[in-house]
Amino acid sequence: MLSATRLGLSAGGRELVRALDLSLAPGECWALLGRNGSGKTSLVHALAGLRAPQAGAVALDGVPLAAIRRSELARRVAVLLQDEESGFWGSVVDFVALGRYPRSRTSFVRDDEALGEARRWLAELDLADREAQAYRTLSGGERQRARIAQVLVQDADILLLDEPLQHLDLRHQGLVMRTLAARAAAGKTVLAALHEPGHAARHCAFSVLLYDAGRASPGRSSDMLTHANLEALYQCRLEAAGARSFLPS
Amino acid sequence: MKAAPAVVLLLVPASLALGIAFGSVDLAPAQLSDALLGRGDEIAREIVWGVRAPRALAGFACGGLLALAGALLQVLLRNPLADPAILGVSGGAATGALGAMLLGAAAAGVSFSALAGASLAALAVFMFSLGRSGWNPYRVLLTGVALASGFGALVGLMLAIAPAAQVQGMLFWLLGDLSPAGEPWAALAVLAACAAVAFSQAGALDVLMLGEDKARSLGVAVTRLQAIAFGCATLATVAAVLLGGTIGFVGLVVPHLLRLSGVHRHRVLLPLAACLGGSLLAIADTLARTVAAPAELPVGVLTAMIGVPVLLLLLARLR
Repeated sequence: MLSATRLGLSAGGRELVRALDLSLAPGECWALLGRNGSGKTSLVHALAGLRAPQAGAVALDGVPLAAIRRSELARRVAVLLQDEESGFWGSVVDFVALGRYPRSRTSFVRDDEALGEARRWLAELDLADREAQAYRTLSGGERQRARIAQVLVQDADILLLDEPLQHLDLRHQGLVMRTLAARAAAGKTVLAALHEPGHAARHCAFSVLLYDAGRASPGRSSDMLTHANLEALYQCRLEAAGARSFLPS
Repeated sequence: MKAAPAVVLLLVPASLALGIAFGSVDLAPAQLSDALLGRGDEIAREIVWGVRAPRALAGFACGGLLALAGALLQVLLRNPLADPAILGVSGGAATGALGAMLLGAAAAGVSFSALAGASLAALAVFMFSLGRSGWNPYRVLLTGVALASGFGALVGLMLAIAPAAQVQGMLFWLLGDLSPAGEPWAALAVLAACAAVAFSQAGALDVLMLGEDKARSLGVAVTRLQAIAFGCATLATVAAVLLGGTIGFVGLVVPHLLRLSGVHRHRVLLPLAACLGGSLLAIADTLARTVAAPAELPVGVLTAMIGVPVLLLLLARLR
């Protein structure tokens, strides 16, 4: 159970999150929605222990993140960052296997078990035929799926994903969302920052909405993702798009 | 190219053998083998064991240290242009060494002054790059570059005001020259120690290539790792510079040669970089001693002449 109590975050002099209470339990799939610059990335970083909050605390099973060793935390919390270095020289499967680093008993990442897991998740994410290719030569969307595979290989209890759907085409957006929902159904905790409320409504039972001026409200997606809430969230008029709008099934 | 590791490992004995076999005095193969086994005439034994073997090992140690430092700095600063000169350490050592030469110091004085200059430069980079927000690769890079150009100006000044008789010695030092290198044992010990420490961090260095935040999320103690890698790179550079002056291109080119031939995991890359850098410098130094014998060329010129075209060739083949 990953929980934030009275969490306060600000960046560049702007208050992003004020007094947020949030509990992410095993088996739950959460969507994190908000406008550009609303603090989604800051919240993901704070939940992952990558930045210290300005107020409040984040705790894993009651233990503050700051009191948990990095190597221990890495076995329990995995995070997909929005931006990443792309200077990796090796193959796709080597890249994905690096996600096994926290679990490899030796300090050397490349063992058969890690490679097996890497191949399994590459296949799951439709990249089986790319495993021997140089990571640098992947397209943006393929690279994004390889990065998600790396997070899944880590096999942590809690998966935090900052915009997992960026660069992905419709088919692979659906594939990634189904994969994440399946992880949640298998007992993992999943939280994903998304830009498409439709995906949130379909795959995530819970949502956190980050409004402006630090107001953040978590709850069941069925209660949260209303027309009025989403118009307030994105500060624009929304209409039901009818028969010309599609989401992957 | 799966053959890269085997080729590099074969180069090590080959390069040392070349360094022992060739020199300004021609020794017949029989004389060589006798001398190596400690038999035969005393002059040949002295040439092999007293002159050529230490010199070949000094070249190997120096090249290995520079290549190891380059490989570490390239992952640490996540910048493919990083090489030992970028730390400002080489510049600090050069300023110290040339200052001592200008004052007419003996070889020991020059070495000591170079050590002092290198240590001061390393300390300055370390202090200026650790700001309140912690370690920042760009700050390290810019601090090193700024210091290096400052030292460059001082070196230029000393060359301009030095008496003509001293300028050649100074230029040799600056271009990299192993002829005054004494016993190689200290440098070999530093090489072994740095390589062992760096090797122990190989897995974490692989992860660091993904960026600092990602490495943290994968359980790497990033700040500690950076301090270890920076310390190793600095120590290796200091040891190399004290032995052979500012020899360029080895630290920059050797890690790239390996990466371009498909070696990228640090547990293979780091030891191979040390071996390849050492072998290439031992070979370059043998050439430097023999092509214009009895005169010696500065080995740094030869490393550039070999290193630059090889790297350009490999880069052209890169997709």
